[in-house]
Amino acid sequence: MLRFFLKRLATIIPTVILASMIIFALQQLLPGDPAIALSGEEKDPEVVAFIREKYHLNDPLPVRYAYWIGGVLHGDMGESIRLQQPVAQLIVAKFPVTLQLAVMAMAIAVLIGVPMGVLSAVYNGKAMDYTANVIALWGLSTPNFWLGIMLILLFSVQLGWLPASGYVPPTENLWENLRAMILPAFVLGNSIAAVMMRHTRAAMLQVLSSDYVRTARAKGLSPRAVIVRHCLRNASVPVITLGALEFGALLSGALLTEQVFSIPGFGKLMVDAVFNRDYAVVQGVVLCTATTYILLNLIADLAYFLVNPKLRRS
Amino acid sequence: MSDLSSPSSPAPSPTGKPPLLEVRDLKVEFADADSVVHAVNGVSYTLNEGETLGIVGESGSGKSVHVLAMLRLIPMPPGRLAGGQVLFEGRDLLTLSDAELRKVRGGSIGFVFQDPMSSLNPSMTVGRQIMEPLQLHLGMGADAARKRAVELMDMVRLPDAARRIDQFPHEFSGGQRQRIMIAMGLSCRPKLLIADEATTALDVTVQADVIELVKELKREIGMAVIWITHDLGVVAGIADTVQVMYAGRVMERGPVDDVFRDPRSAYTLGLLRSLPDLSAPIGQRRRLTQIDGAPPDMRAPPPGDPFAPRNRYATPRCFTEQPPLVQPPGAAPGHLAAAWYDLPALIAAETTP
Repeated sequence: MLRFFLKRLATIIPTVILASMIIFALQQLLPGDPAIALSGEEKDPEVVAFIREKYHLNDPLPVRYAYWIGGVLHGDMGESIRLQQPVAQLIVAKFPVTLQLAVMAMAIAVLIGVPMGVLSAVYNGKAMDYTANVIALWGLSTPNFWLGIMLILLFSVQLGWLPASGYVPPTENLWENLRAMILPAFVLGNSIAAVMMRHTRAAMLQVLSSDYVRTARAKGLSPRAVIVRHCLRNASVPVITLGALEFGALLSGALLTEQVFSIPGFGKLMVDAVFNRDYAVVQGVVLCTATTYILLNLIADLAYFLVNPKLRRS
Repeated sequence: MSDLSSPSSPAPSPTGKPPLLEVRDLKVEFADADSVVHAVNGVSYTLNEGETLGIVGESGSGKSVHVLAMLRLIPMPPGRLAGGQVLFEGRDLLTLSDAELRKVRGGSIGFVFQDPMSSLNPSMTVGRQIMEPLQLHLGMGADAARKRAVELMDMVRLPDAARRIDQFPHEFSGGQRQRIMIAMGLSCRPKLLIADEATTALDVTVQADVIELVKELKREIGMAVIWITHDLGVVAGIADTVQVMYAGRVMERGPVDDVFRDPRSAYTLGLLRSLPDLSAPIGQRRRLTQIDGAPPDMRAPPPGDPFAPRNRYATPRCFTEQPPLVQPPGAAPGHLAAAWYDLPALIAAETTP
């Protein structure tokens, strides 16, 4: 177990380094010159030259990469040219918002998607199965921004139960924070729940037709015991894979949903930075997202480990 | 069919007790949108306490399906019980409530399945899998069940049971996994053990070990056994009675020695002739004969003897009318066959022209 973990950890380091290089290199392909963007209306060549010098924009690419990555390793991801704020500080401020939204959305997705998938597999071909599939199809084909607007119309405008938009930090008022987050979390969770339901259903159907489930039934176990003890764990592998991917996607920021609900998360930070050629911010956010993805993959691998004893021996 | 099967039922066991298991005209079908597969077509037989019945037949003969159907273990739908009764200790398993049936499954009827690789849950320790029926049927607590599971693993001669009980199925060899399956099937000291191709996936030497083990355990526990296989050699080694199935029907059944020495169904004869005769000296051994043709399409079973199209001894009647399972003239007591033709006479006519 420990050896497996260390081995995986060892592969992570080059992966992160490679990701950082790609992020830095791709950034150079963006049209536009930050020095000119920064130099103001007059574009005084002297100012432009000064900015180029100050931000090492004249140095070759590998040297600039070295400056950047060296800073990142010391917790210095550069400064946002537009906001005049350290990138690290921006990330630390926005990441918890996105993280909370992602965790809530994932919880909703799992709580809806997994039980629905299990039930539709167990009642394969019956009314329950069709109902679950219709709900899943609806969840998949409903655009997030539209669902968000409709939910605001219903719960905020018509019923007045929840705030239409805005964000309250949980440290300030947890209840208000949850009230503001529940709708966007539901919107994000809804579409993931649909995918999760389909995956859970497929995995369960496969497990339910396996020989060991027949063995379990031949032992005299009740249908519930067969499902809980013999099926769920074996059906969980594809669901874990999907969960890790979806969670990673959520953590990179849900642009449209954040926009609809005016939530100051990663998505908004990223888009603002791209439009303003705020290179340092883009690099920082993407690096942060990429690292999170890689870590989530590691966590998923560890989860497989707990689920599948065959991996534990090697 | 049912009126024909009643006179052919063997008499109650010598002790006068009613049979442990009585299958009456069992019919099983699998239906999809546009066709119905008639998998089991009126199977009737009895099994006495302590008897070992070997059921042979090729794939699709209904031998496995009919025992799974008895305990309602086939997937339903598409499977369905189309008729018959299965009396076990006097109660009809086919109409028992789900809860009552679950007490029989794993309790008084133990199962050993084929392919021990896939029949054990890969993510549960073997100990917990053996303990499950003990806790369920015998109401044992976790500690008692664990102790008993170690004893069961010792009983099926798995070395170092106390340590290995916490291991997972993939940490055992195929033969060892089959022993674990047997330990599970026997855990509640069943009255009947059903072994479905239990040795098919194993090496020949391991196969012999497992068969020896079951015979030994049978002497110890005294249960009846239904051993399903397509290996006639295994049947000869383990069974008291053999039953040959084809196209969801019983073609022939009776004491193993009588059926093998004096087969009355051309299908049984075909199976026996496809075996190598290892007792003959090398050089004098005959060629193995195969049974030509293929089993009938069970979506539209033939009206007569299902084996008739592949049977060179078939009479015109075989193609039109179903032969009943009866004791043929001159056969040993309890030896039954479903055939319109007189096989020994036909063979004799062939060899002496």
